[in-house]
Amino acid sequence: MEQPYAIEMLHITKRFPGIVANDNITLRLRKGEIHALLGENGAGKSTLMSVLFGLYQPEEGAIKKDGREVRIKDPNDANDLGIGMVHQHFKLVECFTVLDNIILGVEPCRHGFLQKADARKKVLDLSEKYGLKVDPDALVEDITVGMQQRTEILKMLYRDNEILIFDEPTAVLTPQEIDELMEIMRGLAAEGKSILFISHKLNEIMEVADRCTVLRKGRYVGTVEVKDTTKEELSRMMVGRNVEFVVHKEPAVPKEVLLEVEGLTVASKLHSNNAVRNVSFSVRAGEIVCIAGIDGNGQTELVYGLTGLEPVKEGKILLKGADITRAPIRQRSTGGMSHIPEDRHKHGLVLDYTLEDNMVLQRYFEPEFVTSAGFLKRRAIRAYALRLIEQYDVRSGQGPVTIARSMSGGNQQKAIVAREIDKNPDLLVAVQPTRGLDVGAIEYIHRQIVAQRDAGKGVLLVSLELDEVMALSDRILVMYEGEIVGELDPKTTTVEEMGLYMAGAKRKGA
Amino acid sequence: MNEKKRSLLQNKGVQSLLASLLCILAGLLIGYLVLLIINPAGAWEAIVTIVENFLYYPSPQAQIRYFGNTLVKTAPLLMCSLSVLFAYKVGLFNIGAAGQYVIGAGACLYCALAWQMPWFVCMLAAVAAGAVLGAISGALKAYRNVNEVISCIMLNWISLYAVNVLLSQVKETASPYTLTLSSTNPGALLPSLGLGDLFQNNRYVTLAIPLTVLVAAAIWVLLEKTKLGYELKATGFNKYAAQYCGMKEKRNIILTMVIAGGLAGLGAAALYLTGFEQWQTTHSSIPSMGFNGIAAAFLGGLNPIGSIFASYFIQHITNGGAYVDKTMYSAQISDLISSLIIYLCGFVLFFKSLLDRRLARQAERAAARAKAEKGGESK
Repeated sequence: MEQPYAIEMLHITKRFPGIVANDNITLRLRKGEIHALLGENGAGKSTLMSVLFGLYQPEEGAIKKDGREVRIKDPNDANDLGIGMVHQHFKLVECFTVLDNIILGVEPCRHGFLQKADARKKVLDLSEKYGLKVDPDALVEDITVGMQQRTEILKMLYRDNEILIFDEPTAVLTPQEIDELMEIMRGLAAEGKSILFISHKLNEIMEVADRCTVLRKGRYVGTVEVKDTTKEELSRMMVGRNVEFVVHKEPAVPKEVLLEVEGLTVASKLHSNNAVRNVSFSVRAGEIVCIAGIDGNGQTELVYGLTGLEPVKEGKILLKGADITRAPIRQRSTGGMSHIPEDRHKHGLVLDYTLEDNMVLQRYFEPEFVTSAGFLKRRAIRAYALRLIEQYDVRSGQGPVTIARSMSGGNQQKAIVAREIDKNPDLLVAVQPTRGLDVGAIEYIHRQIVAQRDAGKGVLLVSLELDEVMALSDRILVMYEGEIVGELDPKTTTVEEMGLYMAGAKRKGA
Repeated sequence: MNEKKRSLLQNKGVQSLLASLLCILAGLLIGYLVLLIINPAGAWEAIVTIVENFLYYPSPQAQIRYFGNTLVKTAPLLMCSLSVLFAYKVGLFNIGAAGQYVIGAGACLYCALAWQMPWFVCMLAAVAAGAVLGAISGALKAYRNVNEVISCIMLNWISLYAVNVLLSQVKETASPYTLTLSSTNPGALLPSLGLGDLFQNNRYVTLAIPLTVLVAAAIWVLLEKTKLGYELKATGFNKYAAQYCGMKEKRNIILTMVIAGGLAGLGAAALYLTGFEQWQTTHSSIPSMGFNGIAAAFLGGLNPIGSIFASYFIQHITNGGAYVDKTMYSAQISDLISSLIIYLCGFVLFFKSLLDRRLARQAERAAARAKAEKGGESK
């Protein structure tokens, strides 16, 4: 007999200016099942969950709880319906105890005084019942990430939630903790809780989930029984078959080695594990090497280590034969490295500066732009900015004197690309250079990157977009959990194969 | 609102000026209301007196002489306001200008009175002392991320009491005041350059006044025209971008506080080396000069040139307060009124953002209207 549905999200459509984040998506969660939600970054998973949680209102579609249509206007409604969520980044008060965090917001009170004894009993009972080991009196800042997560789960159970959402719960856990979590999830499902498990790690989905719904680019791809499917099929459903952007380029003619990385290890800011672990590779002149991988697998930290934004823990970086492992950023930049940063607002631009001042951000100290007495050559800066604006087609309201903040994202990005390419580097490090841009700007930036390669530069491209990786790269390095797990040739590999590496299902030599 | 008028109002300079004028008006109005509440009979006269300041004197000679006195005290205020402004441009709030000013006063007076140094050495000592104090807060901020406001406030008090102890060695035996420069070491008095004669033989009018105006201009040039200013402002706007393009953001933070501290120290020299005031070694509160510098910096629209006028205005009403009829109002009334006005000067940014938001709303509504009309056509 078909189990009844705990939650049904029917034909949900949610639009944002310029994009359709969820396009007619249907998700049915049965009572007592573990249902995985799979998709790449930007596939619409978070939007869908935000709709379920009442953070967004869908334009079309309906939500049913136990077969009855409900309206979820805000997270309080969701909570009343028994929907709870463990966020990827925990929402705990660091300086409170575990118990205080669990009862936060639903404190049992009598005459205005806290009644913690009752709460403690309930928490301990739940903890025993589901095997969620926590110390109720420990401060959250002192406990492990795994115990923090169990605290979050207890928070949901304490509120008698029936529908539990786990948003990429394994991202911050050690392998042992992941095993424990899987066990806990099975236990919860066995007790009749319904679990939505958001992930892009195929192994975990295969291990724990009953069914899996796949989204791609805001669209519903399908729902499959996990026991009837394979990792390969899921991966194909997740990334799609077709490479959508075709970039015309000649075969690469790699020449001398420009960048050599040996045994690079970079610490993580988020957890005690290293974000980049013992990574080695090289980039030659005249080739585009692409680092592919799912967000958060150490790509950001790898680039920070290469460009000097974060100190390197171990290993060696050679740029044109010179050791730059501990060199200051300026020395790397003048030594021939250009960097199109991942976050254009945080690193790439001084948003309150004018466009022209941003254009010389990497060169203002050169004699072309500053006198020996330290005065800026304003006229030279203006002329230079005008040339870049013209040559790279950077559009803005008032030309060189436009405040960067007021420009569109695409043109801000073009300004950065112009600045970094015109610096005439030997090695261009481009991190997600087309994120959030429209098709026209993407094409333009892709052409520029290929042109750099053809001019004999080395390009290290970090991208989360598989299409971009396939279209641009001459070699692909796949990063998974801080390590390079595979080197692929874009001419012979498939998106499916790459997806397996990215999800940790395959690694080189295995 | 027509387009021309709106674009004029969107001009940053015009906005700053408007906001500053609004603040002054609001301050005067509230000051007037307070006077009305205390004693309605003399309120109008008192507020007029405050605004008049030296014009209160009937003779033109006296007017000019006392105008000179206002200028003498404007010079240190201008330096303190530049100190605050400079740090603010680099994203730091230098509430320590007060302490840097105090330590500057201690350094220049001690050099003058205990060591009989000439004026320029005393002045350099004041700058150096302020710079060192600024460097402490800057280094704590850069290397240990200690909030500069906290470390500055603590250093303010440390410097006050340290200076009291230090200057007790050179105070008059019968009073808590330091020895006068004219009796002990006239060589430490700032040269008048004949400026005193222009102000009816006001011997306190010295080199300090043109010097501080020149410094204000120099700070403007430094911030707007030089590589250093470009780097410092970039660090202030976005320290991550500054780091990304290889600027030494830690060095920039320390350097900023050194310069800011030096400016406040110079402010102290610009007052105490004129002989206009003696240091009172029983001070148990920090001289308000540094704090008024904050108000002057904001009232001046965070522009060094604006600071010149803002500093003058604040000093003008502070001096004017001294002439309020003491038979109708208690002696503290002048301080109360001027501090009320200064307090409201701090609202410049508030008025500015209010103005901005109003303009943005209007633009939005216009855009929405345009869109609605267009939408109507297409349907």
